[in-house]
Amino acid sequence: MMRSGHAVCMGSDIDTDLVIAGRYLRTKDHAVWVAHVFEDLDPSIANRLKGAVIVAGKNFGCGSSREQAAIAIREAGVVAVVAPSFARIFFRNAINIGLPLIECDITCSEGSAVMFDLTEGWVENEGKKYPTRPLSPRMQDILSAGGLVNYWRACR
Amino acid sequence: MGTLSEKILHGTGGQYVDRGVDRAYVHDGTGVLTLEAWKCMGERRIQDATHLHVLFDHIVPANNGTTATLQHELREFARSSFINFSDVGGGICHQIMSEGIVLPGEVVVGADSHSCTLGAFGAFATGVGATDMAAIWMTGETWFRVPESVGINLTGTLSGAAEAKDLALTYVGRLGMDGATYQALEFIGDGAAALSMDDRLTLCNLAVETGAKAGMFYADDVTVQYLAERGHTVNGQEPEPCRYIQELDFDLSDIVPVIAVPHRVDTIKPVHSLAGLPLDQVFVGTCTNGRFTDLARFAQIVKGKKVAIRTIVVPASREVLKEATRTGVFASLVEAGCTIGTPGCGPCLGAHMGVLGEGEVCLSTANRNFKNRMGVGGEIYLSSVATAAASALEGEITEPEVVR
Repeated sequence: MMRSGHAVCMGSDIDTDLVIAGRYLRTKDHAVWVAHVFEDLDPSIANRLKGAVIVAGKNFGCGSSREQAAIAIREAGVVAVVAPSFARIFFRNAINIGLPLIECDITCSEGSAVMFDLTEGWVENEGKKYPTRPLSPRMQDILSAGGLVNYWRACR
Repeated sequence: MGTLSEKILHGTGGQYVDRGVDRAYVHDGTGVLTLEAWKCMGERRIQDATHLHVLFDHIVPANNGTTATLQHELREFARSSFINFSDVGGGICHQIMSEGIVLPGEVVVGADSHSCTLGAFGAFATGVGATDMAAIWMTGETWFRVPESVGINLTGTLSGAAEAKDLALTYVGRLGMDGATYQALEFIGDGAAALSMDDRLTLCNLAVETGAKAGMFYADDVTVQYLAERGHTVNGQEPEPCRYIQELDFDLSDIVPVIAVPHRVDTIKPVHSLAGLPLDQVFVGTCTNGRFTDLARFAQIVKGKKVAIRTIVVPASREVLKEATRTGVFASLVEAGCTIGTPGCGPCLGAHMGVLGEGEVCLSTANRNFKNRMGVGGEIYLSSVATAAASALEGEITEPEVVR
């Protein structure tokens, strides 16, 4: 299934402290994380995330294992994150909570339309189509289920 | 034949495997979300609580009512489910797991990125998120992509004022923040055999700062002796010929005191190049450098003198605090003017106790100096214990003297 969103560009090595700071973690209220997502990187980013595809540099999501980072991005309305590489704990966390990640090195133009198809394995931006690195079959199953919680519920 | 990861995970690099987990642990931060995810999955029976641990270390004691309520719920759940529980004051999860719980050859997962610390025992230890952990509570197993490994060949011995931490920062600087993403680090060679368990824990702790999923030493006589002192009889592990995706060589005698400057762990400078930089706070502790040998080394340098700036020392665990008390290290620290915190993570993650103010500069023995991590507008420099001690006495970044 093809999906799309407007590009929000970010640099390399975006750590999970920058996604959601430690001072906002002591709650189960997702609205708190959405309100402060990327605050320490650039407070203006949060307003641009609804329906967005984040296009970042390498090693996105490095640092802390805090799952709140992936949840905050998903809850802010981000459709997917595209980056040449992801830190591995963030990678697992994002798939586990149903946030699509696309491993691909593409150029980013703020606000431009980014299209992608996870099943067919491509992403398209500014008229150029790139093949993406496929997820493992297990991760595809988890993501298709909408995350690991639904994946296990379905197994009951 | 194979790397240590391949042997423990029973697969070859790049292969996906399902493996039973020997030890799984969460802390008060990630435990709350794990419990939520476990409830959402249907609150199915926990397969085997004997290998599960909940350890409070991130915000201890609780800083406000919200935290206290979250901790209360997790505490009651752990107790009623017969999960091994360590309350406020017990210490940092990784440290407690290193005090005679994790054994060579085990598969260990922690809901914290620095779970890689425990690879020091020849275990495959790695961090996972809360939802992964909830599934592990239910099933006792998880999937892994068997990592390719980077061989870090160590020769010689540390000299001068250099510590294992200086080597750790140096290898992070060499590999970069994503130099080993999806891979494991294996510390090998004669230089590795000569390092203490505490040094190995420090070196494995920083593995994740290169993106690695694990940092590992082969269990040897040092490991066997350390665990024997804690009531375990174990065997060492023999390295076999194997293929590394990359090899790095370090002569330990070349390692010099270094500092990671804001806001990247892989941006390393020699201490002397930063000498004189004014500081507001020194912080000694964490899963990187909060062990007894670290506190003893700090005390050795500041004993009989006075620190010039606020200096927060947080023992990694109650065991560390007990040993520091028994040996007089604790008294030396207090006499020198240090402030002692509750065993745990302290101000490392900027949530509680020792948070920095706007424009303040901290020299820390921790493992992360990300922007705003210890407080909005605060700057974090990372160093060894000896550099932190010398700098605490002067109130500015100061090269440590040789005190071996």
